[in-house]
Parts: sequence; structure tokens; C-alpha cells
Amino acid sequence: MTGPVLEITDLTIRFGGLVAVDGLDLRVNAGEIVGLIGPNGAGKTTVFNCISRFYQPDRGTVHFKGRDITRSGSHEIIRFGIARTFQNVELCRSMTALGNLLVGQHVAMRSGVIRDGLRLPGVGADEARATQRADEMLELLGLTGDRDHVVSTLPFGLQKLVELGRALVSDPALLLLDEPTAGADKQEIQGLADLIRRMRDRFDLSVLVVEHDMSFVMGLCDRLYVLDFGRRIAEGAPADVRNDSAVIEAYLGEPELEVTEV
Amino acid sequence: MHQLRTRGRATAPYGLGLAVVLVIPALLKVIPGVAPGYVLYLVSLALIYAVVAIGLGILIGHTGQISLGHAGFFAIGAYASALLTLRLGLPFVVAVLVAGSVSAAIGFLLGLPALRLSGPYLAVATLGFGLAIPQLVVWQGSWTGGSSGLHGLPLASLPLGAFTIVFRTDQDYYYLAAAVLIVLTIFARNVVTSHTGRAFVAIRDSEIAARAMGVDLVRYKTTAFALSALYAGIAGALYAHLLHGISPEDFTVLLSVDFLTMIVLGGLGSIGGALSGALLLTFLQNALTRLPVVHDFKNLYIVVLGVILILTIVFFPQGLAGIARSWRLRRATRTLDRPAGAGQIVELGERSGVR
Repeated sequence: MTGPVLEITDLTIRFGGLVAVDGLDLRVNAGEIVGLIGPNGAGKTTVFNCISRFYQPDRGTVHFKGRDITRSGSHEIIRFGIARTFQNVELCRSMTALGNLLVGQHVAMRSGVIRDGLRLPGVGADEARATQRADEMLELLGLTGDRDHVVSTLPFGLQKLVELGRALVSDPALLLLDEPTAGADKQEIQGLADLIRRMRDRFDLSVLVVEHDMSFVMGLCDRLYVLDFGRRIAEGAPADVRNDSAVIEAYLGEPELEVTEV
Repeated sequence: MHQLRTRGRATAPYGLGLAVVLVIPALLKVIPGVAPGYVLYLVSLALIYAVVAIGLGILIGHTGQISLGHAGFFAIGAYASALLTLRLGLPFVVAVLVAGSVSAAIGFLLGLPALRLSGPYLAVATLGFGLAIPQLVVWQGSWTGGSSGLHGLPLASLPLGAFTIVFRTDQDYYYLAAAVLIVLTIFARNVVTSHTGRAFVAIRDSEIAARAMGVDLVRYKTTAFALSALYAGIAGALYAHLLHGISPEDFTVLLSVDFLTMIVLGGLGSIGGALSGALLLTFLQNALTRLPVVHDFKNLYIVVLGVILILTIVFFPQGLAGIARSWRLRRATRTLDRPAGAGQIVELGERSGVR
């Protein structure tokens, strides 16, 4: 594959008078782990919501593998190969971990209410195949013991892991992770960075991660974009970004600054 | 093995139900002092309401879309079938199927505003639909019979090759209603335990997650509406031929509220719950009308019903299905070697053992 997996050009979105994202250019190359960082309210999650088509940008384009997805429906993009997680976990909370990983394979399965209701040939085989795939993913993430637990009864850290599994099981080319470290302790954060890297290698992923925790992104990402008030103020390798004067200024007074010294 | 056991446990009530269906007519004949015909009529009515409840349960319980207008679909099915058999002389079976299809098509259309509305707003929109249908029937009196309704519907019949089964007696019709209910119960169970059903529940749990996972809300919300309207339409057709006559008064908003009560009483999100809720409410309503009148208060039974409903919802918010579930759970934990939830508190780093 030539060219970037994800290419965002001149992305701009306003909410009322507020310009949440202002002329952002961003690209993710194949196999890269790219971080999108910035202070609270910088517009990071808004960028995610534009890529996953929950928000319609006022200006600019989003291309995925050369295809313009700026006007696609939010339910279409997983079919193209973009899967995401959410800042505060958006699981199907009444379902088991297994159920959630089956929902993750929604677009990979044939559908039809009459086909399902009559249990036409193939329905059972489809279910069995999807269940097996889900079980493999659960095992990979060490969640086999929680397979049949309703996810709302699981601790938050495990819920995040189930959500990651649900995204991965859709076999994406690009994984969007929105604050994967939220609610995790220091030790878990280290495990998470290893996990994401191993998943990238195993599934040939490109990853775009929105994060708050600076030490986490510094250790994980190949390249960083720094956003402040919806504008890109820096871009480059973690080491360069760390010493960028604009970045230091943007983070001044923010508690995250201390973390960058780790 | 574990899976086999759970599946066996889940289908056991259905086998039991089937046995009860077959035994009831014989049982009624040997119990002194009951009129088997009337009881079978009442049971048939309850079974027909159960068909509506199962469809409504898929919409409200599984997909999370409220409807306060299902008496409207019930009316559409009843009138479609009555008109097709009376005016066009179509066979009963064809009339029932067309009635279900017409209702489903209108359900699909009502599903479209549901894409923009939710919760109380959708409740009001569907309520408007339920209110409008009987009025339209009265207005179009020249062919619907207006407020006096349609009467003298032909007997239900089923052509089977060279033979035709005619459902003459209450017992015949009872078997017909039971057979339809069984088929539609199995269909509903298949839907909710498969790909489509998971998409429904995903929408109920989180529309955002459902969209991100590729669930097309337009498609699945309209499907849920059409499916539940299909059930209500078929049930309406069966109702018309059970009574041999219908009028707009049969389809008031109170009936829509009854349908909602059935599925809440039975337990939302459970097919068996919807079914048993419909049976329970129908029998309860009938039994309570036999309460003696005290101090000229003729509608005391409605107050009693109200109190029963309040107590049920307060003490068993998950309805009959919830009671059954907790009972099963208690039995299961007694035999389980390992308590549920053990081994959950292991550190993340250790758990995610990716090689």
C-alpha cells in the first residue's frame, strides 16, 4: 500500500461561535502509532468524531485508504476498516463480553430478519464462526474467564479491554483509541502500551490515539500531533515535541507538564 | 456441556407450555362447574394478546423503542382481515397474511419518525397513531361499517391439499391460536438470539456503540417497528375471526396501555415474559370483574388491578421473567463449583497475556 492510511486535510468544525477544530492536517501511515494530544478542550475527541462520522465537519476532507469518507454514514466506516473505542466506554452494557464481541462482527455477518427468524441454513454456521473468532480474541486479551459475564458488572479496566476487543474483532486497518488510559493505574498503563504495540504487530494495524497521559504517549507513539484550541501547534517525533516551546507553553500550568519529565 | 445445559434450561418452559396447551381442553371437560367453551374463548383471547405482546416486547424490550399505539396495528390487522374476507371473499389464511403484511408496512412507516424521536417524544407520536386509527375507521364508515363495526365474519378455515380444516368450535379456534402463537414465539426467539436481535439490543444499550459497530439505525429501527406491527396485525386478524365481528371500540388507547402493561408485568426483554405477562393480565382482568360489588362501586376491580400492578412493579421490577431468572440463578449457584465473579480482580498486565 502506498500513501497514508488516513489523511485529514484542512479539517474545520464549529459549534456555534466556537471553532473546535481549525484547519487541521493530519496523516497516519501504515503501521504507525500516532498520538493526538493537547490540553483539555483542545478538540481531540472532536477530531475522532469527525473521522468516525458522528460529526460533520464544516470544511475539509477525511480520506481513508484513498477513499473520501467525509460524507459517509457513521455505521459505514467500520466496513471500510476503521474501528474505535470511546473515552468513557460505550459497551452494550446488558450483554456479556462475548455478546459485545459478536456485535463487533456485525458487518462481517450476513443479515436479514427473516433469515434469522426462520433459522435458514447458514445462520448457525455464521454464529459458530463469529463465536469462535470472539473466543480467540477473548483469550488473546485474557478475558476468557469473563466471557459470559454481563459487561456492566465488570470493573472499568476490564470493560475498556472488552471494548478494545470489540474494535479489534472487526478486523480493522485503523484503530482509533480515545483515552485508553482513562481510569487505569500506573502499572496498568504500562501494560496497556505493550498491549497496543503487540496488537499493532499482530493485526497489521495503524493506530491513532487520543491521550491525556503524556508519559504514555511519549513511550507508545511513533509520531505526535499536538492540538491547542483546535489548532495544530506541533507535529513530530515524541522527543522533538517534548522540547517544542509552543507545546511547553500550551501545557504550562497544566498538571500534565510534570508527567512529561518522567 | 455448559452451553447445552443453559439451552436446555431456557427451552424447558416452552415444552411445558406446549404440554399445557394440549392438556387444557381435556382438563376443562372434567372440571365441574366451568363452561369449557367460554374458558377456551378466554384462553384464545389471551393467546392472541400474547402474540401482540411478543411483538411489542421485541420493539420496547429489546430495541428500546416505545410504542403506545399498538392497538392501532391490532385494529389495522383486524379490519384488513375482516374486509378481505367479508367484502372480497378471500380465504381466511390469505386474509391473515395480507393483514399482517399491511400492518408491517405501516409499522415500517411509523418507524421512520422513530429515527428522530426517542423516549417520551416517541411515546406521544405513537400514541397519536393509536388514537387516529379508530377515528379513521369511523370516518370511512361506508366500507368499514363506521362505529357499528363489521359483523358476521366467516369461520376460519385452513386448506390442506384436498381437505379444508374449518375451525367451528371454540376448541378448534383455541388450537389455531395456540399454533400461531407457538410458530411466532419460535420465530421471535430465533430473531432475538441471532444477528438481528443483537443489533436490536445494541441499539437499546447504546446507539453510539451500535453505529460505530456498523449497525444501520434506519434499517434496524424500521425493522423492529415492522416486525412488531406484523405480530400485532396477525393477532388483530385472529381477534376479528375469534369474535366474528369488530368495532372501533375494541381498539381504544386503553388496549395499547394493556399491551404495554403485559410486557412490563412479564419482564422487558424476555419473550417468555411477554407471553406470560399477556396471559396473566388477561386472566387477572377477567377474574377481577367477578369481584363482588361493594357500596355500588362497580369499577372497584380496576382499582384492585391497579394496586396489584403497582405492587408487582415495586417488588418485581423485572416482572415474571425476573422472578424466574432469580429462581434459576439461585438453583444454579447452589450447584456451581465456582462462585460467579471470582478471579475477576487480576491485574490488567497479567491478564492481557498476548504472545
